[in-house]
Amino acid sequence: MPPLVSIEGLSVAFNGVPVLRGVDLKLQKGEALGLVGESGSGKSVTWLAALGLLPRHARVSGSVRLDGGEILGAGEAELDQVRGGRVAMIFQDPASALNPVLTIRKQLCETLALHRDLSGAAVKAEALRLLDLVGIPDAARRLSAYPHEFSGGQVQRIMIAMALAGNPDLLIADEPTTALDATIQAQILELLWSIRREMGMAMVLISHDLGVVAENCDRVAVMYAGRIVEEAPSNQLFADPVHPYAQGLIGALPPLDGPRRRLTAIAGTVPDPASMPGGCAFAPRCALAAEPCGHAAPSLAPIADSRTVACIRAEASRRALLGMAAE
Amino acid sequence: MSVPLVEVAAISRSYAMRSGMFGRSTAVHAVDGVSLTIPKGETLGLVGESGSGKSTTGRIVLGLEPPDRGAVRFDEKPMAAPGTAAWRAQRARMQMIFQDPLGALDRRLPVAAQIREPLDIHGVGTPAEREERVRELLRAVELTPAHGARYPGALSGGQRQRIVLARALATKPDFLVCDEPVSALDVSIQAQVVNLLADLQAQLSLTLLFISHDLRVVRQISSVVAVMYLGRIVELGSADDLFARPEHPYTQALVSASPAPGRRSAGRIVLSGDPPNPAARPKGCAFHPRCPCAIARCATETPILSAVGGDRQVACHLVTGSKPATKAATRDAA
Repeated sequence: MPPLVSIEGLSVAFNGVPVLRGVDLKLQKGEALGLVGESGSGKSVTWLAALGLLPRHARVSGSVRLDGGEILGAGEAELDQVRGGRVAMIFQDPASALNPVLTIRKQLCETLALHRDLSGAAVKAEALRLLDLVGIPDAARRLSAYPHEFSGGQVQRIMIAMALAGNPDLLIADEPTTALDATIQAQILELLWSIRREMGMAMVLISHDLGVVAENCDRVAVMYAGRIVEEAPSNQLFADPVHPYAQGLIGALPPLDGPRRRLTAIAGTVPDPASMPGGCAFAPRCALAAEPCGHAAPSLAPIADSRTVACIRAEASRRALLGMAAE
Repeated sequence: MSVPLVEVAAISRSYAMRSGMFGRSTAVHAVDGVSLTIPKGETLGLVGESGSGKSTTGRIVLGLEPPDRGAVRFDEKPMAAPGTAAWRAQRARMQMIFQDPLGALDRRLPVAAQIREPLDIHGVGTPAEREERVRELLRAVELTPAHGARYPGALSGGQRQRIVLARALATKPDFLVCDEPVSALDVSIQAQVVNLLADLQAQLSLTLLFISHDLRVVRQISSVVAVMYLGRIVELGSADDLFARPEHPYTQALVSASPAPGRRSAGRIVLSGDPPNPAARPKGCAFHPRCPCAIARCATETPILSAVGGDRQVACHLVTGSKPATKAATRDAA
């Protein structure tokens, strides 16, 4: 099956400083892909670049294909069909993504008029259906309310309704629950899950929260300093992470049950994009780093079925993994 | 049980809030009858969602705001009146760490000068001794004197939080209130700061009130955990036991809402409704409109935090039943 989205060698530089350094990703129809990494690792920039949403001074290169057609550097008219239509995006801070002086009805209908061939009463009916779908109580009356009259969780629901307005094939959710309380986060994730199942929509879930990604995605890509360092089915990644950074991220997460252990903190901090170390960007913080790590940046290499890792020290664990499979 | 350092007895605090420019002012009960005891050298974790009153509780415990009712005792003495010499002496022994280190630091002052400031204010030692103490504090939070010469803007988020920690430790306090100290940090940096805090607590036998919405971090660092909902404590117990066997329906939902790698969302308790408005507190049990197991009694009668066996206390009619004492007895027997 041809992938829905295929990103190859995507690189981004701001004022000559590279922030994304060759990202390759494939996303199948209906698949949920998680993107984890710390702030500045390039999780959001990947998708902003792919959709042409970066400011003009950003230098973007590589290739992004949607259903086989190149969209990187496509004209505004074509991109307008893609953005909000085939690919929708929701953000961390939903309140700032809505216009505070327009009613919810106005804003929902605007999106519907742009992306769907609907008019008059049909638009209003569809707006009502969407608001119902995302679980806003008393939707008919609430359509004429303004954004400030809703709670944070409800505003995120409205954002999801607007994202669904164009019947997208892919929803990019960028930290959709980070600003929300724990019980509301559970509601929103549940909603995304059920909508995805109902509509067969693919999803990219960008989050710094490993737990959120693990629970809601089929596959996870771990990013570090503008590159993907490991990609695996989520259950495998969390059961047995191979890249030292992925191992570090999972070890740094305090357990909620079982015995308490000292957290395995990763020493040091994320490197400054302007003075990136030569070779593997993680080497200065890596406990396993060896001399060759400083020579060249490792590229993503397969280590098992549908698993790839960019680490030369992963060779040892890869041999162990393959060795065990052979026995 | 060791000697309590901090005793909080039934504190309440409400704020007047006006809705709109001409609206009537209504009282918002941010904290409503909270009692806590923190033994010397231990950590009490306070969890809850936004608006649950956990930060207000921290501020009252520290004496940054007076409670409307109730009292706080520190080291077996009541809190001194603000502005007095006794108050200053007491305040030097208790410090606070906030969520946003950049907001807590002065951007135009090298960080070493900011670490020294509490020593200057409380008149600790000679200038040379203060300089030495600053170097010692920087080492304690695993930074170098070179970091001390920098401005906050030239440090990373984790380094800034270390500086805030060093400054809080400058006067050798016995008690620290940490309000979401690692929430703004990335996971790997968060682990560094949590480990550092645990090490320093062990070395300096600090007593901590650790406020956070993150159950994982709270469990990692706390011995006892209190769960707050709309200004009240709904459940209290030892950290491991509370998260393994939550009794209050709200705690159950919170624990269930915390995503865990390798655990699918099957069987998750998803609460309906929004976190309620503290200005319009529901009658009876404040949680009853969202509670999946609420009964008629929950809407009329406010449950009281009562012991249910072991060191657990729960405020829920369903858990404590009508006669809390006998229920606790049967649990102990079982």
